[in-house]
Amino acid sequence: MRIMNIISQIFTNFKKTWRQNIIYIGFICVFLFFSITLYDSGFLSTNNLLNIGRQTAIIAIMAVAMTLVLSCGEIDLSVGSVAGLASVTTALAIKYYGIFIGISVGLSTGLIIGILNGLISTRLMVPTFLTTLAMMGIAKGVSMWISGTRSISIIDDSYTNFFGSGDLFGLPSLLFWMLIIGLIGHFVYRHTKFGRQILAVGGNVVSANYSGINTNKIKFYVLIISSLMASLAGMLYAGRLHTGRFQLGEGDELSVIAAAVLGGTSLFGGKGTVIGSIIGALMIGVINNGLILMGLEYPQQLIARGSIIILAVAISESGKNKR
Amino acid sequence: MDPNLKNTNLVSKIAVEMQNISKSFGGIKALDNVNISFGYGKIHALLGENGAGKSTILKILRGIYSPNHGKIIVDNNLLENLTPQSAKKFGIGMIFQEMSLVQSLTVAQNIYLGNEPSKKFGFINDNLLIKNSNKIFESMGINIDGKEKLENLSTGQQQLVEIAKAISQEAKILVLDEPTSALTSSEVKILFKLLIKLKSEGKCIVYVSHRMEEIFQISDLITVLRDGKIINTKKIIDYNLKTLISDIMGKDTRNLSDINKQNNIKSSNILEVKNLSSFSKGGNYNFKLRKGEVLGIAGLLGSGRSRIARLLFGIEPIGSGNIKYNGKKIKIKNTSDSKKLKIALVPEDRRLQGLILNHSIKSNIELPNLNFYTNYLFLNDYKSKKDAQKVIDDLNIKTLNKNDIVTTLSGGNQQKVVIGKWNISEPDILILDEATAGIDIGSKGEILELINSLSKKGKSIIFISSELTELIAISDRIAIVSNGEINKIINKKDLLSNKREDDTTEQYLQFLIQTNSGSLNENYEYN
Repeated sequence: MRIMNIISQIFTNFKKTWRQNIIYIGFICVFLFFSITLYDSGFLSTNNLLNIGRQTAIIAIMAVAMTLVLSCGEIDLSVGSVAGLASVTTALAIKYYGIFIGISVGLSTGLIIGILNGLISTRLMVPTFLTTLAMMGIAKGVSMWISGTRSISIIDDSYTNFFGSGDLFGLPSLLFWMLIIGLIGHFVYRHTKFGRQILAVGGNVVSANYSGINTNKIKFYVLIISSLMASLAGMLYAGRLHTGRFQLGEGDELSVIAAAVLGGTSLFGGKGTVIGSIIGALMIGVINNGLILMGLEYPQQLIARGSIIILAVAISESGKNKR
Repeated sequence: MDPNLKNTNLVSKIAVEMQNISKSFGGIKALDNVNISFGYGKIHALLGENGAGKSTILKILRGIYSPNHGKIIVDNNLLENLTPQSAKKFGIGMIFQEMSLVQSLTVAQNIYLGNEPSKKFGFINDNLLIKNSNKIFESMGINIDGKEKLENLSTGQQQLVEIAKAISQEAKILVLDEPTSALTSSEVKILFKLLIKLKSEGKCIVYVSHRMEEIFQISDLITVLRDGKIINTKKIIDYNLKTLISDIMGKDTRNLSDINKQNNIKSSNILEVKNLSSFSKGGNYNFKLRKGEVLGIAGLLGSGRSRIARLLFGIEPIGSGNIKYNGKKIKIKNTSDSKKLKIALVPEDRRLQGLILNHSIKSNIELPNLNFYTNYLFLNDYKSKKDAQKVIDDLNIKTLNKNDIVTTLSGGNQQKVVIGKWNISEPDILILDEATAGIDIGSKGEILELINSLSKKGKSIIFISSELTELIAISDRIAIVSNGEINKIINKKDLLSNKREDDTTEQYLQFLIQTNSGSLNENYEYN
């Protein structure tokens, strides 16, 4: 009897929570599927797995910040082109002034754009969708202009080793970047005052204000964090490819938002998890890799990837309206 | 003498007859065997306190609620299974308290929304709409252009558009629910002129308002409701302010007197407000609040009583004037300023302003108190959980788990969460705006008891309410607000001693509110 009770309790708990955890279940399913079907193509080889990690880490870092932005009820469409711009400014600054100036210029790029996004959205009351859509174009324009649309190579080995190319304990340093940013993000999101305030603003901005929270301040900081992480992503791109180029990060905003939403973060704010977003990014990476190994052409990959994302989100959202 | 019988005799040509209407909600009778008729060519006012059954009657007439018993007869047709759509067909037009218009459309588009005439190949002839709606405005004697975007109109003009919309749908019966609460006095004049014109054209007008000054100006007949029953229906000339108030309020003393009110009022002022006005909405507020005092604020809907709360809590930007807090001048720019000053607000609308509905009880309670739970960077969840549990236990919130979503709670328990979250922050001034509206009697008593115990501890309370019984029970002084100003502040002692013997305290306070809310000027002693 007692065992039956325990089993039924586990079952009801599972019924309650499976939708929240669908991303983990989905990730395992997709992973197992490719492991079996693509075993002969080397899906499970160490090299391939590390490759997935390298390709995903940068998206995951931006997805951590995007989790905060979406949870706050806002959106940041400029992350992809900010990453591109930061790769260019960093490469240029390293070329003329060396590594330290290069790093600070790269991070300042994100900081400045974040401040601009924040001021325009909270002072001029332009919705972040429009602010960051416009900023996407502006950032891309600036990076094309200052680079003359050329690639700028980075010859500084200590930079490239630290940002993206190097290994640590036999693992790509990009994985450690992802781990560190993920842990900090998770900690901020779950265990600080700031994290709770983000969720409150996204949950109901009026009652957040009525609870004594300066809602504009929260939005402002969230947008700065997002741009800062985007510029870090751009610097990692630059380090990994030994070059700064305006196309780096192009279109990443969609993968980043998809990763966060796949991970269970609500597009309407008030709900999400940082770890889910990282798993979401990994899942997109696994799908991309699997489709390539299957021998699909790029157009077919696009179609398959889009369909899988729609399916995953639809399953996790279904049944919500039933209450 | 059955008051219902008299009713039929007073109405000349009957438009609507509601016979033996009863309606219950979960065992509570909202309407108890009500008989009422509304006639053509008359303005018929419905009066009563909150919860007397006025809005239930209106909702039954509109087909939103169906009655448990009784018949509705319009133009001698028995209406069965009335729905909002069929009510429109029978010529019943509702002018909403909250506007039902689309701000981004033109006036003409709004008037014909969902009712667009002459669609050629499915296209809408916008010019025809404008021409038709201008014709309606002309017949109403009002100068509004059908081409204008609705958002460019004032609240009063929008109300007139609502009426035009009802007329365009050939409504013969117009129901107006608190139409003047958001209007300026010149807009009210225009509205009244129109209503009188419509009356002379033979329309049947049902008018609901708390402002007795208006009722005396405009209506022909008055029906008073109390506790779901009709108390009286009379011609306007057979009523004066005092007899009307005594019909509305009744003589029963309600059971709030068991609150054991004890004073702990200190001589020093915690708050001195001078010439305070809102940046966008004006007003001119002057008052003082002492430590340990409960200051009640009374006033009619739209009088500006909630604005006091919004200004002091940093929701609405302050225009001019100054606030002294413990003798020091302060500036309040936003809600986080006021929270730091230990001012708290339990807002009017708990679902929109008080709570984050899809978050848990615990996260709602911790929200204003996150500073207490933060050590260095970390949030101490243990402390926050303990506080949430404390609120649940102390305020007797009926729930199994502090992690339950707030929507699973009843209205009264939700309100306790809002009060509890601020109680944890130990404010020095607690402002409550309609804190007991729409919640059950039990929760109401518990909330009042809590306020009482806070004031005993020396906290100061500003208590805004339209329920006079609780206002009298809990307050030390009562301020009467109208037109964005405090017109009168009366001590509870004076309230009790100045009233005439055959009146209840509620009746006297209602009298004071009405006479201080406009040009209505009656002498209490001689009426």
